[in-house]
Amino acid sequence: MRPILRLLPIGIALAVAAPLLLIAAALLRPSGESWAHLWETRLLEMLTQTMLLVCAVGLGTLVLGTGLAWLVSAYSFPGRALFAWLLVLPLAMPGFVLGFVFMATFDYAGPVQSALRAWLGPTLWFPEVRSLGGAAIVLTLAWYPYVYLLARAAFAEQAASTLDAARAMGSSRTHALFRLVLPLARPSLVAGVTLVMLETLTDFATVRYFNVLTLSEGILRVWEGMMDRETATQLAALLLLVALGLILLERILRGAARYTQLSGAPRIAPLPLHGWRAAVATGACALILAVAFVLPAAQLVAWALAEQRSATMPTADGVAERYIVVSLGLAAGAAALAALCALLLTTGERLGGGRVQRGAARLATLGYAMPGAVVGVGVLTLLAAFDHAIIARGLVGALLLTGSLTGLFYAYVVRFLAVAYGSVDASMEKVTPRLVEAARCMGASQGRIIWRIHTPLVRAGLLAGAMLVFVDVMKELPVTLLLRPFGMDTLAIWTYMLAAESFWQAAAIPALIIVLVGVLPIALLVRTGERVAVR
Amino acid sequence: MHRNASQLFIRLFAPLLIALLFIGSSSPVAAQSAPQVVNIYSARHYGALEPVFQRFTQETGIEVRLSQGTAQSLVERLRAEGRQTPADILFTIDAGGLWTAAELGLLQPINSAVLRQNIPANLRDPQNRWFGLSQRARVIVYNPTKVSPTELSTYAALGASKWRNRLCFRPSSHIYTQALVSSFIGLHGEKVTEQQIIRPWVRNNPKFIDSDSRIVETIAAGGCDVGITNHYYVAQQLARNPNLPVKVFFPNQQESGTVVNLSGMGVTAAARNRDNAIKLIEWLSVTGQGQGATPDTLSGGNYEFPANPTAPVNPIIIGFGPFKIDPQPKSELGRFQPAAIKLLERSGYR
Repeated sequence: MRPILRLLPIGIALAVAAPLLLIAAALLRPSGESWAHLWETRLLEMLTQTMLLVCAVGLGTLVLGTGLAWLVSAYSFPGRALFAWLLVLPLAMPGFVLGFVFMATFDYAGPVQSALRAWLGPTLWFPEVRSLGGAAIVLTLAWYPYVYLLARAAFAEQAASTLDAARAMGSSRTHALFRLVLPLARPSLVAGVTLVMLETLTDFATVRYFNVLTLSEGILRVWEGMMDRETATQLAALLLLVALGLILLERILRGAARYTQLSGAPRIAPLPLHGWRAAVATGACALILAVAFVLPAAQLVAWALAEQRSATMPTADGVAERYIVVSLGLAAGAAALAALCALLLTTGERLGGGRVQRGAARLATLGYAMPGAVVGVGVLTLLAAFDHAIIARGLVGALLLTGSLTGLFYAYVVRFLAVAYGSVDASMEKVTPRLVEAARCMGASQGRIIWRIHTPLVRAGLLAGAMLVFVDVMKELPVTLLLRPFGMDTLAIWTYMLAAESFWQAAAIPALIIVLVGVLPIALLVRTGERVAVR
Repeated sequence: MHRNASQLFIRLFAPLLIALLFIGSSSPVAAQSAPQVVNIYSARHYGALEPVFQRFTQETGIEVRLSQGTAQSLVERLRAEGRQTPADILFTIDAGGLWTAAELGLLQPINSAVLRQNIPANLRDPQNRWFGLSQRARVIVYNPTKVSPTELSTYAALGASKWRNRLCFRPSSHIYTQALVSSFIGLHGEKVTEQQIIRPWVRNNPKFIDSDSRIVETIAAGGCDVGITNHYYVAQQLARNPNLPVKVFFPNQQESGTVVNLSGMGVTAAARNRDNAIKLIEWLSVTGQGQGATPDTLSGGNYEFPANPTAPVNPIIIGFGPFKIDPQPKSELGRFQPAAIKLLERSGYR
């Protein structure tokens, strides 16, 4: 193996891990007074709320994502082909946007409760919207497509012969689902749910709307409110431990199991549904799609139109265009970088084969579990130290990294490499070792194996990974807030700032643009995925 | 055949990296060398800002660049960036953030006759490191169909058991709550604040809503009877719908007065465009430019009270009536902020 291929993954891992190690080092320092204060008061609440939310959202997305994926993969009913890809659309809706639309619609002053009160009287009881349950519902609806996408890909790759064999041996379709299909799809399901759980760990904007005190929210409170970088970093280190636990759990659940399927075998043939069964299937898909995407999007459109008619916020000319260009540029750049790094890591891991490369990959994907604000400040501290060192050597102005695009992209890669990696790694897992062995027997070099076997086979994974990163960066808040250069405001920041002050009508315009821009790559991916599946 | 793979990587990777480094390293340099700009770290939300800054740019030719964030994260950023910060001005929505930045040595004193004349001494730093530009009162808001103003008196009185399940407050994570409680600590000390104000509030099981506007709307809809918000959120709603059932009550009029915070600016210690920064702050302090009642001024655009005593005040907020202001120095809103957060947390305030 060429040394560059061996060393690059290690380099990437070190670069990605450096700001996180800076934060992890906080655990080694003796804890201060405010740490004791935290322990006395809200640490336990933070931990339990975090765990509850993570479990609720993980379970919710597992059930919803897998259920819908199985429905559209194994059965045929009216609208199935359309729903198969429409159900991915909520991915384009940032969690905090869905959060503020839900809040505005369902809280006391919102239209739903107001209408119910007008109808049933003012003493009407309604579950508290600003609660852990409310947050869990919104986050589940926002993030189930992660599981859905991976589950559907896994089902699509399963050879029909396996299912047919089970059916021939007399097991029902449902029985086969639980005993055969789901266990075979386990690596993908676990990857999807882990992704969702890590997203939940780092979310701060949505939980803030819903008054849920999670670790991420706690870190921001301590950091911002008390200016207590030490305690915040220690909390962040704690969060890192929780995330490590989740990742470890994923590894254990994925296990040493390696399921490879015959490529080119016929796919599972969908069973046609008739009568009320078909109606229920169509209805279920339509309901989820309506609640998670169509209705919120319609509300955003209504707000945006109202804002056009009578502006609650004056906006200067050309501002919107600039936000769009900046958002697209940042997202595309970060997606390309993250996909490349992921490819390097996974191939290095498999061909290098060494424990070092495997460790490097683990290390490089920790960023996803860290709250954006922590990644941001970790990167900021690191770059500032770097800049100071350069200035100390009298090279002022040569290369300033703080407040630069380089710093921002660096932080994006730290934060989102795991997304691209997970996707590439999962498709890499389906590359049968036998294929590689066969190629080796025929004298192919490792470079040729990457180029001719891995790259084409993981192309779908690469594209999916890049797309996920693209959409994630479009929606990203804390890192962008902290590190963007002047004039580099994104649509997400614009939306968040307005929504934070309840200027929902004005916030709807940038939010809609994020959704629309996000829909395009998603449609692209789903179509490509379909082509691959057909072939 | 080794070459194939590495060539692929180099072909894809190298131009990207080079481009990134180039764009990356050149952007702050470009920001420096551009002739007439002023860079602001701003904690104010957008809308209220843009008209006034557009006017400034039209009149002076100096471009205003904004970077948004919470005051706390911006102070953290200033701290990490040190001498390298691209920011010339820190613009916050409370005096506490400015005080903290000044304490950390992130702001520099500005000796300006214009500012000394336009901004009263109690609205600026004694060492002139920051200047208040608009004022916001933290008031009691009530629904007049459910509450008579004679039932209201002080912030602390909302701890009385008659207000059980009738209150709407902003959570402790927001700077407005922190600043208010910080002023209580400055006035009464920690023990009294905790025992006689915060804990009684919490016993009344308030609803916590992280938006002043939504608190006003919830009170109008009947979800709460009484809440605490900044005065201009009520003004914004009344400007849209004058018949909305919400009214403003200025608390603590028989005591020290209503707590009034300020939104203001300071010039960063490392400002590269120091002259432009001073020019902007001075321009904003002048009646008819930054100060006034119309939407194209800083105070008027947001229904705030101007800092300059000669500036006209918006009629909607004049309609709230005259009131006595708590005379504590504005620095007290920042000095006790960490203590306030701890106090709020151990009292069970969300």
